[in-house]
Amino acid sequence: MDFNDTPEEAAFRAKARTWLDANAEVMKPGDFSAGPLDERDDPASIQSAKDWQKKKADGGWACLTWPTEYGGQGATSIQNVIWNQEEARYKTPPNIYGIGLGMCGPTIMTHGTDAQRERWLPEMRMGQKVWCQLFSEPSAGSDLAGLRSTAVVDGDDWVINGQKIWTTGAHFCDWGILVVRSDATVAKHSGLTYFVVDMHSPGIEVRPITQINGGQGFNEVFFTDVRIPDAQRLSEIGNGWAVAITTLMNERASIGGGGGSSVHELIELARGIEVDGQSALEQSSVREKIATFYTRTKGLKLTGYRTLSAISQGKTPGPESSLGKLIGGRLTQEMAAFAMDLQGSAGALNDPSQLPQAAEWQDRYLSIPGLRIAGGTDEILRNIISERVLGLPPEARADKGIAFKDIPTGPPSN
Amino acid sequence: MNFDFSDDQKFLQQTARDYLAEHSPLSVCREVLETDKPYADDLWKGAAEMGWQGAVIPEEYGGAGFGHLELAMIAEEIGRALAPIPFSSSVYFATEAILQAGSDAQKKSYLPALAEGTTIGTFALTEKTGQNDIENVQAKVSDGKLSGTKFPVADGDIANFAVVAAQGDGGLSLYLVDLEGEGVQRESVTSFDPSRSMARIEFDGAPAELLGEAGQGAALASHLLDRAASLMAFEQLGSAQACFDITKEFTTGRYAFGRPVASFQAIKHRLADMWCEIELARSNAYYGAWALSNEEDELNVAACIARIQASEALEQVSVEMVQMHGGVGYTWEYDCHLFYRRAKLLGAVLGSSAQWKNKLVDRIEAGEPS
Repeated sequence: MDFNDTPEEAAFRAKARTWLDANAEVMKPGDFSAGPLDERDDPASIQSAKDWQKKKADGGWACLTWPTEYGGQGATSIQNVIWNQEEARYKTPPNIYGIGLGMCGPTIMTHGTDAQRERWLPEMRMGQKVWCQLFSEPSAGSDLAGLRSTAVVDGDDWVINGQKIWTTGAHFCDWGILVVRSDATVAKHSGLTYFVVDMHSPGIEVRPITQINGGQGFNEVFFTDVRIPDAQRLSEIGNGWAVAITTLMNERASIGGGGGSSVHELIELARGIEVDGQSALEQSSVREKIATFYTRTKGLKLTGYRTLSAISQGKTPGPESSLGKLIGGRLTQEMAAFAMDLQGSAGALNDPSQLPQAAEWQDRYLSIPGLRIAGGTDEILRNIISERVLGLPPEARADKGIAFKDIPTGPPSN
Repeated sequence: MNFDFSDDQKFLQQTARDYLAEHSPLSVCREVLETDKPYADDLWKGAAEMGWQGAVIPEEYGGAGFGHLELAMIAEEIGRALAPIPFSSSVYFATEAILQAGSDAQKKSYLPALAEGTTIGTFALTEKTGQNDIENVQAKVSDGKLSGTKFPVADGDIANFAVVAAQGDGGLSLYLVDLEGEGVQRESVTSFDPSRSMARIEFDGAPAELLGEAGQGAALASHLLDRAASLMAFEQLGSAQACFDITKEFTTGRYAFGRPVASFQAIKHRLADMWCEIELARSNAYYGAWALSNEEDELNVAACIARIQASEALEQVSVEMVQMHGGVGYTWEYDCHLFYRRAKLLGAVLGSSAQWKNKLVDRIEAGEPS
């Protein structure tokens, strides 16, 4: 039992570090990585992201896990993790390629024709085209297969009508992967078809959604008689659900990430706050909370190390990775709430110039509800853990074996 | 990255699991709980034949010469079986104390019998209020004679000797005391989990032999608690996993409203939460085992987080076990209360979560490890 790289892993890490040293600047304390969903859509940021991706592709560091026949490096999963760990130590532009390279690319490899692979994968790898995912709809979030946007065949084209939502980056993307209903007379999972859509097509309207933290990372995307050539259909008509599952299975598991640092920020905060003539950190109620947060944060980090160990041994992490997001989201929310409580009445403020740690906990408290919902709500994660990890019987379903058009819906919303 | 047990260690664990499945079904725990029998002596002898009590004792002193990772695997299985034996007192405390602080003569004198299971040891630190308060130990040794009261002492009524923390010439020190000799009066005290025994011990001029350096008792006791907590976390983890497995099986097999109870989100989501808590406990316990087996300074933090998460996870899972079994979970006949009791007992014997949390913040502040 140890936390060390194998000799092969260490050599790969050194090689990555050498290239990164020559091509990027190491982050210094106080630098923030350009990670969050918000505010990454200014043209300069997008261009710098494209430049960085091209540099990586030219240097042989893009699409590490893609097979070499599609321009990848055929790297192992642990090598990819090591690269991500190392890249995170450097100042790099926002990553706008997670959906494209991580989800769209592998889906096209699995389900695309040779012509489709040839058409999309090389330009995707070089980062010149950015991709988005058009799955969720206002009435189909956790119940994704309940989506209602339609595709109707017309000559060699399909005509798309409907609305997608929560589409990250739709306003700067060039291509999108799209699941729509091509047949409402069959059961809901059977009537779906999967397309690649040009986001610059006539009839597509992108409207940003303002989040409770003021950010605008997501969009609504409206389709009005949008035409898609049949050549852009992935897999057979009616096989869209299977293709969508391929995409979702490639959604990167969050592993081995962070942990620890924000507990130390909390300790600093508590130490600097005076209550009844002593530091808040001396209060037993405060210590009890901080110890709990530390224990759980460290537990998450160590659980990530167990996952990494499995990856290092060549295993593929499965649905058990849901634990990180389920526990981590709620934990961060509880920590932010506690940090604001520690500030006393000043917890009512959100002015970076007036608050310790520049109102960072206020920011987190406003951001974290999104993380507990996006990419699988806490409730869906509990379903995944209970059904796919623990093998418990599925929830009874009212829509099983019924034609989609006959599935009960709620009263119409206005 | 190899934050996992080796195949050999897992094989040893499977051997232990198989042995206990045959020799320590829950009926063995129940028998000790329901009778005056203080522990399962046949099982204790069998465990010694398997080499478990002597797992980390070097071969030259009659042990198996394994490391603490192997011992952790055995501890997890002892917890899974709710084995009613004084394993933690004798192995995690008494044996560790002698290995850590004993002279060669003391090792020769105690370790072979500990490995054989013919001697049972325990650790006597707490006094009066039951707090593991190292700073305020009142028991005293003068002219080699110990006086004072230790209460409660886990397995104090069945142990042959105890490692006792007491004030001596150079300050707080540890001593080896024969519990069957002169100057010792002990009585069993009703245990919250009568499958494990607890005692009050009065010392009045009992001969006491210094263990380790005089005046080093506080540091030794604190380190000993960290080592024991790291091993106990595996016992707690094993109990929590067993608790979970039984509850999962019960709720999957039981039908209500025409469906398996475990198909209702009111149940399955809580089972998912329980699984998460156990996985976190497992990760933290592994960290403790890593720190223990490599003699890392980080043990002082690792032991705390292993202890806290193991205690809280086991308590939560045992509470849910009773609840999810419904009415039968509250009956004497069903086994839920064996876990419900053991969870609280194990959560108490080394000090509560609250105590360990306070200690953890002290240590984070002192070291600020990342």
